[in-house]
Amino acid sequence: MNSAAGKKAMRDVFIGKVLKAMSSRPDLYFLTADFGAPLLDEMRKNFPCQFVNVGIAEQNLINVSAGMAFEGLTVHAYAISSFLATRAFEQVKINLSLHSQVRDFNVNLVGVGAGLSYDISGPTHHCLEDISIVNSLPGITLFSPSDWILVEKFHDYALSHNSPKYLRLEGKPVPALYDKRPEVRIEDCFCELKKGEDVCIVSTGFMTHLALEAVRLAGEKGLRPGLIDLFLLKPLDGRGLAKVLSAYRKVITVEEGFVGKGGMDSIVSNLLNEHCPGVRTKALGFGDKYVFERGDRAYLHKLYGIDASSIAALVARMSGRGR
Amino acid sequence: MSDTGRGKEKILIAELRRRAAWVRRETLRLHKRAPETRIASSLSDVELFTALYYGGLLKFNPSDPRDESRDRVIVSKGHGGISLYPILADLGFFDKAELGRIGKTGSILGGIPDDIPGFETINGSLGHGLGVGCGMALALKRKGSPANVVALAGDGELFEGSVWEAVMFAGHHRLDNLVLIVDRNKISMLGLTSEILDLDPLAVKFKAFGWAARVADGHDVGGVRRELGAMIPARGGRPKVFIAETIKGKGALSLEKDTLCHIRTLTPEQVDALTEEYK
Repeated sequence: MNSAAGKKAMRDVFIGKVLKAMSSRPDLYFLTADFGAPLLDEMRKNFPCQFVNVGIAEQNLINVSAGMAFEGLTVHAYAISSFLATRAFEQVKINLSLHSQVRDFNVNLVGVGAGLSYDISGPTHHCLEDISIVNSLPGITLFSPSDWILVEKFHDYALSHNSPKYLRLEGKPVPALYDKRPEVRIEDCFCELKKGEDVCIVSTGFMTHLALEAVRLAGEKGLRPGLIDLFLLKPLDGRGLAKVLSAYRKVITVEEGFVGKGGMDSIVSNLLNEHCPGVRTKALGFGDKYVFERGDRAYLHKLYGIDASSIAALVARMSGRGR
Repeated sequence: MSDTGRGKEKILIAELRRRAAWVRRETLRLHKRAPETRIASSLSDVELFTALYYGGLLKFNPSDPRDESRDRVIVSKGHGGISLYPILADLGFFDKAELGRIGKTGSILGGIPDDIPGFETINGSLGHGLGVGCGMALALKRKGSPANVVALAGDGELFEGSVWEAVMFAGHHRLDNLVLIVDRNKISMLGLTSEILDLDPLAVKFKAFGWAARVADGHDVGGVRRELGAMIPARGGRPKVFIAETIKGKGALSLEKDTLCHIRTLTPEQVDALTEEYK
């Protein structure tokens, strides 16, 4: 794999874009709740006025970000995603979501560690609720990228869209998926990575990499499932997505998060109920309990039936070809 | 101060007292129209709002509430903002007729202030105002603006941990364009703060976090104006807290004597008797 399309950490790509933008955008601020990254050392050094470490204080991170953004500054608020979305929930609700209905301002919540990114750190560091939580808040853009090229594109989108946004960034380096698809825009919300028939997988974030592998495995059995990578969950081009999904008879949603609680599965099934009521759906993700089992991400995925072969097996079953 | 200066000061203080009585009366009338309003909390901060808005302490522009040069006022104890309604209406932030329609269908005035001209942010959930104020104060400094940020919090509100995250932040960043006014009425919803979680010594706590602190009678409108008049423009490298010793339910004796006054509602007859008193 060449370096341009090789594995990269989303946070490094994002912060690299911030660094580039900062010199021409003195109104651009980066606030962190004492959460680091190698590139932040450079930011501290070169842009000391535009970098603020609020300390391990996520509630204040959100409130200070809101106050700065109300004054017209563009603010990135950076923290571990599980703390950003849950510790500071009410600050996000009141000072970002609620205020976004009555005024324009630009705060980007940059959460690192989506899903099981911090696999062996255990359930306090797993982030399985953020899609449901952010989806429940009006006015907040919800971005869940599968690769770092989308992250790069999202930075430009973030600077040009005056609204609160939540970025659900993967914690581990991921390979590029969109290096051969320069035409894909953030506003597209999704991309049909594989056109297929009968069964379509809709996945988001890191799970899209496993879903791609599942499509390959299903292909070995002569099946041709489709695959849609959903990266902008809100505001969603619902009609556009429904139009693509209407070509299929069954849909499998795959996310590294709780299912049945307002996450991506709910977004997709609500859409199908409204536009394609005949389509059958099956949600893959985590049920109504936290993950205490110890092991790396691949082990945990297998244990919970969301690894590539489990997804492929479900495709086969739904196609009437499985056990 | 010269004799003329003292004479002018006396006239101004008399005028502020008259204004405060009017604000108290109008606040009681609003409560009669909308009994859901938290009257006791809104009576303890009457002199604070009066001194700020009629005492020449703030820059504001009713015809352009978001005027860049304005001082930012955050009513973090949103439920206590009912006494600001008559002031903002009087100053022309919105139509006075709104006061007669509070809480009614289509009115801009609710039991807790939300998106109302003159209110900088939407509060009501406690513990948010100071942190947001810190963000504004930092942004104003970075932008080179001389504007001030004034946040009003209740003392019970100081139980919220997020307040202390902001207190630490303001001290560390030396936000000397920020003033926190604590409405120290010593009572939260279920009783005396001293019996729930003792806040004293409050000024000492703020000072330990790098703040300049002053404590004074929050109902002596002349004294409040003098204290805040010195504190707001001061730039000494420290954020500033004005701890206003107040009485919850000030002016309504039945509330003043009741440690549960936060949740009390005055009857229309009680309001009528009191508004007569504040004529």
